[in-house]
Amino acid sequence: MQKALLIDPDKCTGCLQCELACSYEHEGVFNPSKSRIRVFTFHQEGRFVPYTCTQCAEAWCQQACPVDAITLNSETGAKDVNDSACVGCKVCTIACPFGTVNYNHSTGKVIKCDLCGGDPKCVSACPTQVIVYVDADQTGYEKMRQWAKQTDNSPAASA
Amino acid sequence: MQYIVAGAGPAGVVACETIRKLSPDASITLIGAEPEPPYSRMAIPYLLSEIIAEQGTYLRKTDGYYEQMNINRLQQRISGIDASASQLKLDNSESLDFDRLLLATGAIPINPPIPGVDLEGVRHCWTLEDAREIAARAKSGSSVVLMGAGFIGCIILESLVKRGVNLTVVERGDRMVPRMMDDTAGNILKQWCVDKGVRVLTSHSITAIEAGEPLSVVLDSGESLSADLVILATGVHSNIDYLQDSSIETDQGILVNGYLQTTHPAVYAAGDVAQGRDFSTGEFTVQAIQPTAVEHGRVAATNMVQDNTLEHQGSLNMNVLDTLGLISTSFGQWMGVAGGDSVCIVDRERYKYLNLQFKDDVLVGISSLGHTENIGVARGLIRGKVSLGQWKVHLQKNPERLMEAWLACSVGVA
Ligand SMILES: Cc1cc2nc3c(=O)[nH]c(=O)nc-3n(C[C@H](O)[C@H](O)[C@H](O)COP(=O)(O)OP(=O)(O)OC[C@H]3O[C@@H](n4cnc5c(N)ncnc54)[C@H](O)[C@@H]3O)c2cc1C
Ligand code: SF4
Ligand code: SF4
Repeated sequence: MQKALLIDPDKCTGCLQCELACSYEHEGVFNPSKSRIRVFTFHQEGRFVPYTCTQCAEAWCQQACPVDAITLNSETGAKDVNDSACVGCKVCTIACPFGTVNYNHSTGKVIKCDLCGGDPKCVSACPTQVIVYVDADQTGYEKMRQWAKQTDNSPAASA
Repeated sequence: MQYIVAGAGPAGVVACETIRKLSPDASITLIGAEPEPPYSRMAIPYLLSEIIAEQGTYLRKTDGYYEQMNINRLQQRISGIDASASQLKLDNSESLDFDRLLLATGAIPINPPIPGVDLEGVRHCWTLEDAREIAARAKSGSSVVLMGAGFIGCIILESLVKRGVNLTVVERGDRMVPRMMDDTAGNILKQWCVDKGVRVLTSHSITAIEAGEPLSVVLDSGESLSADLVILATGVHSNIDYLQDSSIETDQGILVNGYLQTTHPAVYAAGDVAQGRDFSTGEFTVQAIQPTAVEHGRVAATNMVQDNTLEHQGSLNMNVLDTLGLISTSFGQWMGVAGGDSVCIVDRERYKYLNLQFKDDVLVGISSLGHTENIGVARGLIRGKVSLGQWKVHLQKNPERLMEAWLACSVGVA
């Protein structure tokens, strides 16, 4: 059974533990700016919203990559960036309509959520269970897919 | 069913894969004139920067990929089409029968109308063969003149500097990347390059290239520059000359309908060669960018197999460019629309620029310098025609909050 991240921002306190855990897992440093999950702040409403790649079915990033550097991980369902093939052209960063692939200036490659190979560290780091890793057929996953679909007036999705 | 795909670039390869997925038993032939396995032109700058070897430019990396997919590859040049006879003519005077044909022959670079463009040491930067020649001449310390500072010119600029050459860029327009950025942004980019030691001559033309070792590049100012290598990057046009005697109609590119079907029903077109629908304007234009080529390839192939069941909604014109570390982007109608409004923040000292264009409360275009975080969400907002409501005002105060606008207005979580 494939699993997916389900994020319920209502309970987020903005503690940034997810960002820290993510950057430590992938970069070996506690640096939120290197995190693949980002917490966005809405000061006026006092709200925090963590957001990351939904591993969307259309995989715009993967389709746009000119050198096949983004591939489907058949075990996790994540779209993984293969660093050795990535040339750093950044086309995926403008192709993902959710803004969830980012350029990493220090490596010259791009970074995106890879579900930590099936054991997402943001999930274990979150003290309030805002981020959970659930079976992909649960309604929550469908909800995230719906987010994905909202921008997707492209032919591929209606096919 | 006999499918022929003419052109082995990204549009052609994605089309073959789509046909195979939808029709496991169809016969598929992919024809390309170049000797290498299907590759991506846009990876060439990274080959020149020595980030990858030639294999790194290949569109698909696994050995025997095309054989496994049962895609027949043929290295031949196509010389013409007899659409009514459903026949494709090859340079070796053979012809091939097709039931459905996709034209994905891309674009070719334009030769500027000046003497000397055929001299040895004067090259386009378009094919792997060009790249080899450029690599051989663009050695550390050699003098290189780059003609044209458009999108492609700026991309190669970076790789040339990385190779350690003495570079002079000559651009006829009054700024860099005139078709992707306005005056202010284009000139900030120019300043950035100058600060990095590149000589950029805007509002200058090259009038001739004269033979010799080194070559001599004559400018309209009368000055002449010596060069071991001259690279021509003065634009491209759709590769349609071989269609002259056919019934397939062309304008800037091959004319297609909303299904990427040409004026001949069995023939479709995709990628740089096709004049496809633009998402923003609804008009049919040649965009000549990689994401559009891939989108076309998928949509055209689906319609070839499933008889026009998938309408192409139009591709969003978008670009990202890294010029010696300064990253610029443009999306959609970055130059604005009649009756629209905009917000722009400029920070010359830090080489930062962000310009958002709205029509009513919908984002229709952006251009940026030095803004990369979550930038793709601009595509989501534009393509989704997301109604921004109050968030338009928030964005006019702080245009950097694109992601927050997206979360609030589209995802509905804030
Ligand atoms: C240096 C460089 C940098 C670029 N950078 C970017 C970038 O950063 N972002 C971006 O979006 N785009 C970029 N592009 C543009 C991008 O590469 C093209 O938009 C894309 O390659 C178009 O794909 P295509 O399949 O339509 O055509 P092409 O890739 O041009 O493929 C056409 C194919 O048709 C074959 N062919 C042509 N004529 C014939 C014939 N008569 N017979 C048989 N075969 C034929 C060719 O050999 C080739 O295989 C860049 C291009 C270059 C050259
Ligand atoms: S990075 Fe964006 S386009 Fe790629 S899988 Fe994730 S959400 Fe989809
Ligand atoms: S930046 Fe890397 S992963 Fe993204 S499109 Fe370019 S090569 Fe592919």
